[in-house]
This record gives sequence, structure tokens and C-alpha cells, in this order.
Amino acid sequence: MQDNKTTEKGPFLSLITDLPGGGKAFMGILVAVALFTTISNAFIPEGSLFHIPTYMVGLMGKYLCYALLALSVDLIWGYCGILSLGHGAFFSLGGYVMGMYLMRQIGDRGVYGNADLPDFMVFLNWQELPWYWFGFDSFIFAALMVMVVPGLLAFIFGWFTFRSRVTGVYFSIITQAMTYALLLAFFRNDMGFGGNNGLTDFKEILGFDLRSDGTRLALFAGSAIAVAVGYLVCVFITKSKFGRVLIAIRDAESRTRFTGYRVELYKLTVFIVSAVLAGIAGAFYVPQVGIINPSEFSPANSIEVVIWVAVGGRGTLWGAVLGAVLVNWGKSYFTGAFPEAWLYLLGGLFVFTTLFLPKGIVGTVPEVWEKIRKKGRAVNSDLVQQKTGDM
Amino acid sequence: MEMHVSTKPTDLASSILYLDGVSVSFDGFKALNDLSFVIQPGEMRAIIGPNGAGKTTMMDVITGKTRPDTGEVYFRDATDLTRLDEARIVNLGIGRKFQKPTVFESHTVFDNLELSLKGDKSPFATLFAKLSSNDRDKIEDILTTIRLREKQDWLAGNLSHGQKQWLEIGMLLMQDPELLLVDEPVAGMTDAETEQTSDLLRLIAKNHSVVVVEHDMEFVRSLRCKVIVLHEGRVLAEGSLDTVANNPEVIDVYLGR
Repeated sequence: MQDNKTTEKGPFLSLITDLPGGGKAFMGILVAVALFTTISNAFIPEGSLFHIPTYMVGLMGKYLCYALLALSVDLIWGYCGILSLGHGAFFSLGGYVMGMYLMRQIGDRGVYGNADLPDFMVFLNWQELPWYWFGFDSFIFAALMVMVVPGLLAFIFGWFTFRSRVTGVYFSIITQAMTYALLLAFFRNDMGFGGNNGLTDFKEILGFDLRSDGTRLALFAGSAIAVAVGYLVCVFITKSKFGRVLIAIRDAESRTRFTGYRVELYKLTVFIVSAVLAGIAGAFYVPQVGIINPSEFSPANSIEVVIWVAVGGRGTLWGAVLGAVLVNWGKSYFTGAFPEAWLYLLGGLFVFTTLFLPKGIVGTVPEVWEKIRKKGRAVNSDLVQQKTGDM
Repeated sequence: MEMHVSTKPTDLASSILYLDGVSVSFDGFKALNDLSFVIQPGEMRAIIGPNGAGKTTMMDVITGKTRPDTGEVYFRDATDLTRLDEARIVNLGIGRKFQKPTVFESHTVFDNLELSLKGDKSPFATLFAKLSSNDRDKIEDILTTIRLREKQDWLAGNLSHGQKQWLEIGMLLMQDPELLLVDEPVAGMTDAETEQTSDLLRLIAKNHSVVVVEHDMEFVRSLRCKVIVLHEGRVLAEGSLDTVANNPEVIDVYLGR
């Protein structure tokens, strides 16, 4: 049923206070982790047990970017049934846009000392900056493009596919083709994005040294805020009537159409929102890892995102975040400890999840918990009966 | 015996639905072959016919899912339905119930009806939509009509087969349609449910035009309305059930078997 109490507290506050238990806990943990990490890294002296070293802060920041990417996939897959196997493309485009800004920040401190051209262009003997690099000296412009470029691609791609009513596995295959096409395109030197090597050797963001502890911490905090805001945006969308239409499309597309909804417009809208979120995730990712290259477009990356969401719990939003963090934490550990085994483990994890945890961790744990509690209650009532029988 | 269909232009202005010479073929198979008939406002009409007679294709053509190769389909004031998509046709006032009950299974009964409310159905409008007390009353009304008031908080997926059929009919009613197309509403229902569905449809027919496609002769008889017999994509006979039941051609292709 609907709740009419939202209006009194203002839309933003009520969004948080009306979160379900799991959502509130998630927001609480996210804020607590972000605050603790910030305070610990900045104020607790090195060597203390509670000090979080900067490399760890960077790692967590990276996980948070993946988490936002997973959120964006969960929004379309979990709620609208659109299985995109090419979401890494939007993430990478956001990353490339941020990379372009960071390249312009280098100025004349590159290897060739050319203030007008990035190093790789000098190396290729280019005489002037291509038109599509104009404007990237400005952070505001770049920040805008971080959202516009993935959004525009999603609009064009979605316009053609959703209008032609391409659905299911066919849609997934086309998204794979899309990200693969971009991978090949960005490999080319004459595209003007650094080819094989991509964009790297960044120095500063907004005038702050990217290698300094303070900047790294700020980027981590920014990623945490991005995840929190992205999460609330997704909650707002999925709790609205718009969100209920998305679920209707997922469960019975043609019924939705015959209920008077233009299904393609809904899919297009949510696909664009999702692509923009993925782009923002990519933009936070690049300054923290220090490089963006075409391999980020690789189809396998996009498939991995879907695994994160499936493991965490499709259609639960914060489950996607949990899945992204858990799987990537596992990846960091296992690629260090057993590098050859990682891909098998990842594949095995996906098979295990599909077979035994179809609702993911977040979907399954409460169910099992409920079962255990019911069993406990049944045992209790048995005891009570026995007692009354004894009397 | 009334076997022909008038195609006089005067019918156009007074009809709710007008099909003239509609043909559709799939890979050479003529699903509809020069199909013509007219439904008057406020009329209830049953369409019967053997499997493959073109009943579902006819529904697809009227609701914009399939474009006819030739022929005209007009709604009300000569609105040409062959040029519009499904959503537009729904919002014009033609509701369609599928053969298999299709409701939004992971939504509650209440939410199913709320989603079917008439009104602005653009993405932007639904993002900020709020339920007014008028809307709420309307939903309560329909809940009573389809006898699901007590189950309004149930997930639609947990309803029985018959209840899903009623919910789907309720979802059509939420859109205030002028014309309802109902595809095999009692398939798989118990006798009691079939009877209740018959009552429900006759209640609805009091202020809507209704076209029912059905196999079950007992049920068609209980609707007490005119009948069209379809065969190989065209109208074979038209009239009261008793009239068509005695038509030798009809007996030959359908009832006799």
C-alpha cells in the first residue's frame, strides 16, 4: 500500500526515513565506514592498530566505484529485466572523459613538455588538438561530459534497440557487441584517445596532487558520497510509480503495453539513468587507479559486473553494492594468493549462485533466517504443548 | 438468417468498432481473409470458431499488435486503428484481456489496479505520481466489482487462476474503456468461477461494449448475446446462438465435430 506521510518531512528526508530496514542499515554502514576510514587515515598515527593506510583507502575507493557500477546494472536488470552485458562501456566512457580532463591538467609537465598537446599526440606527430578535446581544460565541462557522453550513447543505443523491441538474450548480445566495438575503436591510435596505452601519467585534479594522501582520501570520500547519492536516486526511482511500471515491464511486458504504457520510453529512460550512474562511477575510478585504457571496454568486464549483482542479490540495490565489494575483495585476495585459480573461482561462484542462491545473498539470507526462526518457534510451541500435556 | 455484414458508410458513424475487408497473412497462411463485422456501442458480442479461425489475430489487429495487409479498422468517430500502436489504442479506450491471465505477479492486487489507472502514463508523470483520494475510491469500487476486496494486499502471483482472470478484467475496467476485448475468459475455470465470470461480464456490458472470444458453448449461451462464427479468417455466420447453431455450414466446420 501507498504511504501518504512522505509530504510532511520533505521529499529528501522522507526518502531516508522511509527506507526499509536493510536499506537503513546499509546507509548506516556506508556512512560509518566512510567516516571511520577518513578519520583513521587522516588523524590516527601510522603504526596504530586503527590506522588505515592510504593504499587501503585507494582500494576501498575502487570498490566503491565498482559498487556504483553494480547499482546501475541492478537498476535496469533487477527492476526492468534489461540484462546489459555491455555496461562496462558506459563506465569506461565516463572514465575516458575524466581521463581527458586529467590529461589537460598535465599541461607542459609531460615528457615532451608540450603545453598544447598530450604526450601521445606529440609522439604521433599531431600538430593540433582534435576538436573533441576542446573544453576538457575545464573541470565543470568535463564533469558535465561524464554524464552526457554515456547518457547520449545510451540514448542512441536504446532508441534503436527498444523501439525495435529487441529484448532478452538478443539485447544482451548486442550490448556485448557494442562494448567490443568500442574496445576495438579505442585501440586505434587515430581515434585520439591514446590507443593501446590509453590515458595515464596524471598529475593533478582541481590543482591537488593525485599522489598525495589528502587527495586520495578526498577521492575515496567522494566515491562514498557518489554511492550514497546513487543509491538514494535508485531508491527514489524504484519506490515511485515509475518503478512499479519497471517491475511490471519485467514481469509482463505485453500486459504493460496493453495497460497503456509506452514500454520503450520507460526502458529508454531507465537505461539512460543507469548509463549516467555507470559513467560517474568510471569518472571516480580513473583518478584513483591512475589509468584508463581500452581493456576496460573488454566484454568480460561487463559480464563480471552482472556476476557481482547476481551474487549480492538482483533487484535489491544494496545487495548489488555488497556483491561488488565482496567479489572484488575476493578478487584482490585470490589474484594475489592463487592467481591461476581466480577465473575458475569466479565462474564457480556464478554457477553456485545461479543454482543455489538465485536471489543472491540479500535475497536468500532473510529467507533462511525466517525458516530458522519459524523452526525455533515450532520447537518452542512443541515444548509448551508438552508442558501443558504433562500437567 | 442474418449472415451478411453491412458495409454501408452509415455504419461507420454509429459503430464502436468497424472492420472491413481485413486480411492478414503469415508466410502465405491467411490468418484473416477479408474479415468484416461491426459492433454497435453498448453491445456485447461473442466470437466463436475452431482453433486457427483467426480469433487471436483479429484481436491483435484491433489492438495494434499486428498490422493488416489490407482492410480498414475503425474505432468510434472513424479513428483508424491500423496506424496506432498498442499504448495509444489502449488510451483511446480499447482494453484487451489475454487468453492466459496476465497480471503483474510481483505487485499486490491493489498496485495492479493502481498501475492500470487511467491518466498520464508518461515516464515523467509516473516518477512523481501521487495517489489521489478519487483514484483510491475508484480502485475500491473495482475491487468490489471483481470480488477481490479482501485480497487487495495479496501479491497477484498468489491468486488462484480464476481470481487472476478477474483481476485482469478489473485492470481493464480501471482504464474506463469503451470497448473491452476479452479472450477466452473462462478457460481453466471451475463451474462456479465460470458462472461468476458470466455475471461479471454481463454487469460490465451494461455500460461498455464487450467482445468475448470463447470456446465454451455453455458460457456463450449464458452471455445471452449475438454471436459471430469465424472460420478460416472470415465470418461464417452471425446471429443468436440458436440461429448459428442450426446453420448447416457451422455444424459442418465447428459444432458438429
